Amino acid sequence: MRNYVNERTTLAGYIFISPWLFGFLAFMLVPVIMSLYYSFTSYNLVSSSVFVGLENYKEIIMDDPRFLNSLKVTFIYTFTALPLRLGFALLLAVLFNQGRRFVGLYRTLFYVPSLIGGSVAISVVWRQLFGYSGAMNDILVGLGILKAPIGFIGNPKTSLWTLVLLAAWQFGSPMLIFLAGLKQIPIRLYESAAIDGANWWQKFFRITIPMLTPVIFFNVVMQTIRLFMMFTQAYIITEGGPIDSTMVYVLYLFKQAFQYSSMGYASSLAWILLIILSVITLLIFKSSKYWVFYEAEGEN
Amino acid sequence: MKMSDNKHLKSVIYHICILTLGLMMFYPVLWMIASSFKGHANALSPSLIPDQFLIQNYFQGWQGFGDLTFATFFKNSFIIATTATIGQVILSAMTAYGFGRIQFKGRNFWFSVMIITLLFPQQVVMIPQYLMFNQLGWIDTFKPLILPKFTPLPFFVFLMVQFVRGLPRELDEAARIDGCGVYMIFFKIILPNIKPALITAAIFSFYWTWQDFFTPLLYIQSTELYPVSLALSLFADPQAVTNWGAMFAMATLSLLPIFLIFIFFQRYLVEGIATSGLKG
Repeated sequence: MRNYVNERTTLAGYIFISPWLFGFLAFMLVPVIMSLYYSFTSYNLVSSSVFVGLENYKEIIMDDPRFLNSLKVTFIYTFTALPLRLGFALLLAVLFNQGRRFVGLYRTLFYVPSLIGGSVAISVVWRQLFGYSGAMNDILVGLGILKAPIGFIGNPKTSLWTLVLLAAWQFGSPMLIFLAGLKQIPIRLYESAAIDGANWWQKFFRITIPMLTPVIFFNVVMQTIRLFMMFTQAYIITEGGPIDSTMVYVLYLFKQAFQYSSMGYASSLAWILLIILSVITLLIFKSSKYWVFYEAEGEN
Repeated sequence: MKMSDNKHLKSVIYHICILTLGLMMFYPVLWMIASSFKGHANALSPSLIPDQFLIQNYFQGWQGFGDLTFATFFKNSFIIATTATIGQVILSAMTAYGFGRIQFKGRNFWFSVMIITLLFPQQVVMIPQYLMFNQLGWIDTFKPLILPKFTPLPFFVFLMVQFVRGLPRELDEAARIDGCGVYMIFFKIILPNIKPALITAAIFSFYWTWQDFFTPLLYIQSTELYPVSLALSLFADPQAVTNWGAMFAMATLSLLPIFLIFIFFQRYLVEGIATSGLKG
C-alpha cells in the first residue's frame, strides 16, 4: 500500500488533478501564449490581425506618455499602500496577540474591511464619502483641519490618496497571517530575553521582528502583486482621473483593449506587466536572503 | 493592590484605544448604513444617526433601472455565485486528493507548477480569454463568469491538501479492506473528513464571485443579465443618479449576504486564512 507507483495510480492521479490541469491549460497557458502572439500584431476585433513585429513594444516604451504615467501612478500607489497596509496589519496583530478579553472578537471585526473593501458597494460609498459635498469634508472642516472643503476625488493632487487610504483600510488578511506567525514564536525566547533584562521594544525588534520575517516576506510578495493589479476602485471611484492621476496600469490596459479596441497593443501592455511583476517578485525573492531569517529546522 | 490597579487601568486604556480605532475604521460602513435611512437633504451628512428612518429608500432603490428591479440583479448574482462556488469547491477537493494522497509520476512537478501559478495575475490573460470566449459565442452569457471559475484555485487546493495529509492513512487502508478503490475512498473517506476546508473554500469562493466586478464588466452587456456588482456601479455615475438614499440602501443590501455568512461562519474564515495564507 505504501508509496507504490504503478500505471493504475498514475492514471488515477491524473484523473483527480485533471480539473486543475484542464483549467491551467485552457485558461492560463494557452491564453498566455495567444497573448504573446497578439502582442506582435495590430488587431482591432473587426478586421483580422496584422503582424507588426516589435512595433507595439517600441511605441509603448518610446512614444507613450500615458504608459509611463500609468506605471508611475501604479508604483506610487503600490509602494505607499503596501507599507501602510502591512504596518497597520502588524500593529493590530501585536495588539491582538495578547491574552486579554474580547481579542477574539476584535480580531474578527477588524478583518471585516478587507472582506468588503474590494466590492463595488464600498467603492460607491468611498466616492461619496470623499466627494466635494461628502461627509469627510464636513468632518475635517468641522474639526478646523480644513478651512474650506476640497473635492478629494476631483483634485489630481489628492485623488490617488483616497485610493491609497482605501487600500490601507484592507489590512485584514495580512493581519491574520501575522497573528498566525506571532503564535509560532516560542515563548522561551521572550523568557530568556526577560531574564537578560530586555524591555518591550528590545524584545520587539530583537525577537518578534526577526522571527516574523518569513511571514513579512510572504505578505510583501502577495500584497505587492495584489496592489499592482488594482482595478475596480480606480474604475469606479475616480475613473482613472482627473487628468490620469489615478490611471493605474490595469485600468490603462483595460481602456486600450476595450475602449480603443487596440487588442494587439493591449496584449503588449499585458506582457510588459507580466515582465515587470516577475522582476519585482524576483527582486523581493533575491533580497530575502539579506533580511529573511529562517530558523534551522530540527535544531534544538 | 497597587499592581492590580495599574493592570486594571492598562486594560481599560487598551480597550478604549481599540474601540476608538474600531469606530474610525468602521465609520465608512456605519455611514453607509445610516445614510441608507436618511432623508434626501441630509443623505451626505457625516452623522451616523439618520435624521429620519426612511425605509422607503430601500423600496425606491429596489425599483432598479428601467423596468428591471434589483430582484433580477440579486437572482443573477445568486445563480452565478452558487454555481461557480459548487463547481470550484468540488473540483478543488478532487485535485487536492490527487496531489495529497495519490502517488503518481509527475506529481511533484505539477504541484510546483500549481504553486507558481499562485503568483500569476489573472488580468494578464484577460484579452486572449475575451477573444476565446468571443469566438465561442459566450459574450453576454453567464458562461465566462462561471466556467473559468471551475478551475481549482491553488489557494483552495493548498488548504485542502494540508487537510488531506492530516488524515490518518489507516482510514484509507480500512476502506480498502472493505473493498473501496482509489475513487470510492475520495467520496467515502476524504470528502466527509475535510469538511472544514470545504466550508472555508466555499465561503471565499462565494464572496469573490459575488463581489467580482471585472468579469461581468467585460462580458455582460444586457442589463437583464447584470449581477448586483454591475448594477451598483450604475449608481456611481453622478449624472445618472441623485437619489443618494436609494444608492446607499442598495449598497447596504448588496453586502448583506456577505455579513450574514460572515456572522455564521467566521470561525472557518479566520482559521482558513491563518493556515494557508489565503488572500482576503
